[in-house]
Amino acid sequence: MTMRFRRVGQGENLKMTSAIKYSGLTALAAGLTALPAWAQEAAGPIQNPSVEQMATMVDKGDTTWMLISSALVLMMSIPALALFYGGLARTKNMLSLLMQVFMIVSIAAIMWLAIGYSLAFTAGSPYVGGLSKAFLAGVGTGTYAATFSNNVYIPEYAFVIFQMTFACITPALIVGAFAERVKFWPLMLFVIGWSILAYYPIAHMVWFWAGPDFLVDFPADMGLLWGWGALDFAGGTVVHINAGIAGLIGCIVIGPRIGHNKEPMPPHSLTLTMVGASLLWVGWFGFNAGSNLESNGLAALAFLNTFVATAGAALSWCIVEQLRHGRPSLLGVVTGAVAGLVAITPASGFASPVGALCLGLIVSPICYIFVSTVKKALGYDDSLDVFGVHGVGGIVGAIGTGIVADPSLGGQGWLNYTVFPAVAGEYSMSGQIMTQIWAVGVTVLWTGIVSLVLFYVIKLVFGLRPTTEDERQGLDQTSHGESAYNM
Amino acid sequence: MCNWKGTDVKLIIAAIKPFKLEEVREALTTIGVRGMMVTEIKGFGSQSGHTEIYRGAEYAVNFVPKVRLEIVVADGLADQVVSTIQKTAKTDKIGDGKIFVLDVQHAVRVRTGETDDDAL
Repeated sequence: MTMRFRRVGQGENLKMTSAIKYSGLTALAAGLTALPAWAQEAAGPIQNPSVEQMATMVDKGDTTWMLISSALVLMMSIPALALFYGGLARTKNMLSLLMQVFMIVSIAAIMWLAIGYSLAFTAGSPYVGGLSKAFLAGVGTGTYAATFSNNVYIPEYAFVIFQMTFACITPALIVGAFAERVKFWPLMLFVIGWSILAYYPIAHMVWFWAGPDFLVDFPADMGLLWGWGALDFAGGTVVHINAGIAGLIGCIVIGPRIGHNKEPMPPHSLTLTMVGASLLWVGWFGFNAGSNLESNGLAALAFLNTFVATAGAALSWCIVEQLRHGRPSLLGVVTGAVAGLVAITPASGFASPVGALCLGLIVSPICYIFVSTVKKALGYDDSLDVFGVHGVGGIVGAIGTGIVADPSLGGQGWLNYTVFPAVAGEYSMSGQIMTQIWAVGVTVLWTGIVSLVLFYVIKLVFGLRPTTEDERQGLDQTSHGESAYNM
Repeated sequence: MCNWKGTDVKLIIAAIKPFKLEEVREALTTIGVRGMMVTEIKGFGSQSGHTEIYRGAEYAVNFVPKVRLEIVVADGLADQVVSTIQKTAKTDKIGDGKIFVLDVQHAVRVRTGETDDDAL
């Protein structure tokens, strides 16, 4: 059977440029040199390798990199995100944000072990996996996960851990949108429901596939958006658009904070926000470069792209503020940096460093408009700009990926895994951009509807909002019986 | 009611710009002031705050940080203290602060129990 692994726009004029051929050949050559010696002796890569054969295709360097990356991504949630958010809140709500992020990470980690990994990364429908690996059944030290190269594997446990850190940070991102006004336990319930109904399905749709050695014989084993050919290297759709939209829905359902637009609500510690943003940047090297699943040149490219896009976005936000307000602000610069990190996430392994820099320079002015103007005009209280930065930045990044991945712009293009071994695919920028837009649309609709239903049900059954008195006094004391600072 | 009569002790309260504190302390020490209490405060007078911008949202900051000095001195020194603070804390710009002088009914040194003038 022949199946089109990539959805290419109908009637597109597909040109195979020499640049594509070149990048394809070098990618293939790089893949071959990574093979263990015996595989080369056996004349070419092995299709559908057995577990025993996979065991010989594991590199200790790759495994090490995945474990280090996983630790870096956990650091992005706690303490980085918690501090970034907490510093932006008022003193009386600092601890509640630290607490929410910490507990979301803990609950999401347990859920990932129980059902999350299985629902996201086993074969099922194009929309969600099955429960065959619930509680990691069948996963052991002798099972392996595919990478993006033929005949290169990593221990499945390492893959489980790496993906777990993503499942932990994504729901934690949401809380910034309705910071300072949400009840703790109903929020935890939302996180459980949203992980099951939004995160695992979308992770499955975007990232699940049979792997480069198996896809030819198991073409049905892939998620919907992967099958469409949507490019999302490290989670622009799965993590950032997903969380950004859920946050927007949440802040609308819960309603604005008491005193919104009437009382000043300045950040209580931009120092901690800067510490958090900087730790996010460092952790993001694990997030993006780790998403390559191998420790090689492509991982280094993703690392470099994560560096320069972020620097570019910090600079462009700084310039926007200088022009608009006559002074650059620290909060602006760190917000721009996070927007740049978000935007480069889906493109990190596809863009050239210059492409990544351009993406970073472009994303900040767009996010700035949403954060400063659109939010005000529409009146929703996205307290810490989860939608304005993660949602909007994620969409800019996802669509921008279709541009910067083009080999004619120095991008990596895509590998066609429907043949064995994989070869470079023909790149159509307009077709790819359309695919990216479709993937964004599916993600926005899916997470939007799931979030809306979940928030409303929880609001009706348990209530989402603390009493007015509790909100005024601050969630630290009223929800947790503690203060962030006793000085 | 009270078993003490009016004393010859004055309380001088001054709100000044924080960066002037060290200069004022030095000048007061020179003229013989032997103690003072200092508090970081916020307030507003004719200098009506400023605006701060966070992610494009402008906030009016109505209360400006100041330092409040409380100095208790014998009557004879009060005028000199006031004029020293006034001259030293002055920048000629709006927001330089205020000075108030009050009568003190009674003063006690905790360690010895000395009262009024002797307690200073």
